[in-house]
Amino acid sequence: MTANRLLVIGPVAFLAAFFLYPLAAILGRSFGGGEFSPDPFWVVLGDPYYLGRIWFTVWQAAVSTALTLIVGLPVAYLFARHEFPGKTVLKALTTLPFIMPTIVVAMGFIALLGPQGLVNTALAGLFGDDGPQVQVTNTLTIIFMAHAFYNYAIVVRIVSAFWSNLSPRFGESAAMLGAGRIRTFTHVTLPLLMPSLLSSAVLVFVFSFTSFGVVLVLGGPRFATLEVSIYELTVKLFRLDVAGALALVQLAFTSAFLLVYTRLQAQSAVPITFVPVDAVMRKRRGFRDVAVLAAIVVGLLVVLSPLVALVERAVSSGGGYSLTHFVGLFTDDRGSYFYVSPLMVIWNSIRFALASMVIALAVGTAASYVIVRRRGRSGVVDALFMAPLGVSAVTLGFGFLVAFNRAPIDLRGSWLILVIAHSLVAYPFVIRSVLPVLRGMPPHLKESAALLGATPLNVFIHVELPIIARALLVGATFAFAVSMGEFGASLLLVRPEFTTIPVATFRLLGQPGESNLGQALAMSTLLMAVVTVGFVAIERFRYRNVGGF
Amino acid sequence: MPALEVRDVSKSFGAAPVVRDVSLTAERGELVCLLGPSGCGKSTLLRLISGLETLDSGAVLFDGKSQEAVAPHMRGFGLMFQDLALFPHMDVQGNVGFGMRMQRRSGDAIRRRVDELLELVGLAGYGRRKVHELSGGERQRVALARSLAPEPKLLMLDEPLGSLDRVLRESLQVQVRSILKEVGVTAICVTHDKDEAFAIADAIVFMDGGLVVQAGTPEALFRAPASELVARSLGMRNILPGKLVQAGGVAQVECAIGMLAVWGAVPVGVGSGGDVLVLIDERGVTVTSARRGAVPAGALAGVIVAREFRGGESELRVRVGNGELICAVAQRDAGADVKVGDDVTVVLPLGAVTLLR
Repeated sequence: MTANRLLVIGPVAFLAAFFLYPLAAILGRSFGGGEFSPDPFWVVLGDPYYLGRIWFTVWQAAVSTALTLIVGLPVAYLFARHEFPGKTVLKALTTLPFIMPTIVVAMGFIALLGPQGLVNTALAGLFGDDGPQVQVTNTLTIIFMAHAFYNYAIVVRIVSAFWSNLSPRFGESAAMLGAGRIRTFTHVTLPLLMPSLLSSAVLVFVFSFTSFGVVLVLGGPRFATLEVSIYELTVKLFRLDVAGALALVQLAFTSAFLLVYTRLQAQSAVPITFVPVDAVMRKRRGFRDVAVLAAIVVGLLVVLSPLVALVERAVSSGGGYSLTHFVGLFTDDRGSYFYVSPLMVIWNSIRFALASMVIALAVGTAASYVIVRRRGRSGVVDALFMAPLGVSAVTLGFGFLVAFNRAPIDLRGSWLILVIAHSLVAYPFVIRSVLPVLRGMPPHLKESAALLGATPLNVFIHVELPIIARALLVGATFAFAVSMGEFGASLLLVRPEFTTIPVATFRLLGQPGESNLGQALAMSTLLMAVVTVGFVAIERFRYRNVGGF
Repeated sequence: MPALEVRDVSKSFGAAPVVRDVSLTAERGELVCLLGPSGCGKSTLLRLISGLETLDSGAVLFDGKSQEAVAPHMRGFGLMFQDLALFPHMDVQGNVGFGMRMQRRSGDAIRRRVDELLELVGLAGYGRRKVHELSGGERQRVALARSLAPEPKLLMLDEPLGSLDRVLRESLQVQVRSILKEVGVTAICVTHDKDEAFAIADAIVFMDGGLVVQAGTPEALFRAPASELVARSLGMRNILPGKLVQAGGVAQVECAIGMLAVWGAVPVGVGSGGDVLVLIDERGVTVTSARRGAVPAGALAGVIVAREFRGGESELRVRVGNGELICAVAQRDAGADVKVGDDVTVVLPLGAVTLLR
């Protein structure tokens, strides 16, 4: 009984102390800390500058969402309706950008389109130094591109899953009733896909709305979203009250969007009878299909090119290819920017990620049990435990800053604050991998074991653990990768001696000089490699058709 | 000239031939049923005619014109799928009017025709209903109205009643035929259910293994099934291998249940001593207790092995000679009181025996 209590109290206490309390602290801070005063809100809502930030955040997210849909739809069609060799690999590749840390994505675009990027180097090689150059850094264009690159996997995953189960009879019926290809698409297919289009669009919108790393690194000072404004108010201007008010405004926006999202999920517009995927795939290919395929595959490669460019740039220096930048990471003792060596940075990332992983596993698994046992209202509890995912990283970091700088919990200067922030972002992923397996576990299994004389502990060790082991492994990998890549909260919370890879990359980028850029590229490449390995592991270990993001 | 002519059509998926050298014709206004076991290629044949699948070889002609270069949506054919594929994002009138909207007819004309068709299929006033609010039978009729609305030159129906329960199916079979006849559309209907084919069709094309096994009117098929498979598919169960003993005059055939007289024709090309299949109609057979006195000439002696009550009639399994005969006996007939184990006398009526090659 006591063990059961602990199981419930543990994750709830964690959520209360490290999620709800910081949010309350933001609320308190923005109302003037102590005496009630709505002044910071009047500052925010009465100042054309901040209103402009809000407006900019909204419309850049809208444009990014539209662009993401345009890029994602053809790929979704490809995966939903076509069977071809190498599909599994291509599908995995498509997901790669989404799981990449924002800093890696930003660095990928710098490597591809930056002044010393792959494209401009190639152009200079062709036309000379005075020839045409692509100048997109510090423009909106590159932000839109990066957002589309980062999020199109969401569209592909959600829409293609829906599309692949949509009976082709609808389209064929339309054809038999006289509709050509285009009108079949606009009158039948598109309306039928609408629920999945809308829900993926809302998700993409929220992610673009709270985008931080991409905007900060690629956009330059001119394009500040709410997220970037909160960061600058906190770190550079020390206006914590206004930052808090902005964070609350942003939170109101994202909550509203996520509410819309859950509504859309719940009432999937029209009841459609779905058919098994096998019945839908087109295996026979005429000339026309081959052309469509070729075009989309080429498109995919273009979309993946930032990651390729990142690796290429990282291994090239002074016109040739070498591992100079990587070697530099391990031998750097110039003490240039760092208080700590690059090696120390990497070690920081790894040990924080390991610690976060352990905490996330414990909290996430316990929370999964809590959710499963709450049969009646498990939806509400589930949503509550998933809430940290809906709060932007900078808001979270900001909340930690204002909440844990004094008693009862004073974590200033401790590496714990970083690890706790990371595990808070990571444990929802553990829940999403463990929960479906727990739900699928036959209820009589545990009862049988108990009737055979196993103590509750023995039941867990000998019956449940082996069953959820793979899900735990997947959750652990997710948690590790999320922690390794976490940028927004880390940037606010990190102390120089605890600098992690994403933060170090960002700081290096602010330093002039080719070797600094080179090392930033090399660090991002390392990060990308770690995340990719983790991703491959997840794809290998996860149960087919169980869990999903 | 027939309205539809399918000429030597073949189609393979990978290495597996699904439709092999199939030819058939449909006259204007004729209702043709493709009958056969599942997987026999009949649905694929519909998809080939509609243009949703491309032909490997052969030709599909309508009014004498090859349809090869015509896209499916330009052929002016209609196809009603087994799962109906009613558009879930439209209401009933949206579905029924869809084809006419594609023809860019005026809103007024569409509304009028939608009402007319809903009236025809017995769903007047259903226009505003959502598709998922309809019962199975109502959906089926909406799908029929939708297919008929753009006035297709040829209507194809793939297992149109396949998703319905038996009672509903039987009542709708008659309705479908009368609606199609009223409209006067040329139609091809795919089914695996002989009763459905008999209820709907002017002509039946029996397919098996991608081939046309037999084509003709329902009566002709029933009278002289071309093979054991066709016979069994039409519900005949007394099929025994036999030898023709005497071909001329009233033919005689030897089989497991004894020597039988054949009043009908002998299959062409089979002479005395030839192997044949003996088909015995299970209805009209007289079964009486052997104790009831005189045994008429040509009667067979047997023993009741099983009997099953079937409402208006009983089904008797009678062991005769070395074989078994299934007899359907009306409840009020003499045979109704025989019990398992009784010795009985079996008399076959004239014309009960048919020979197949």
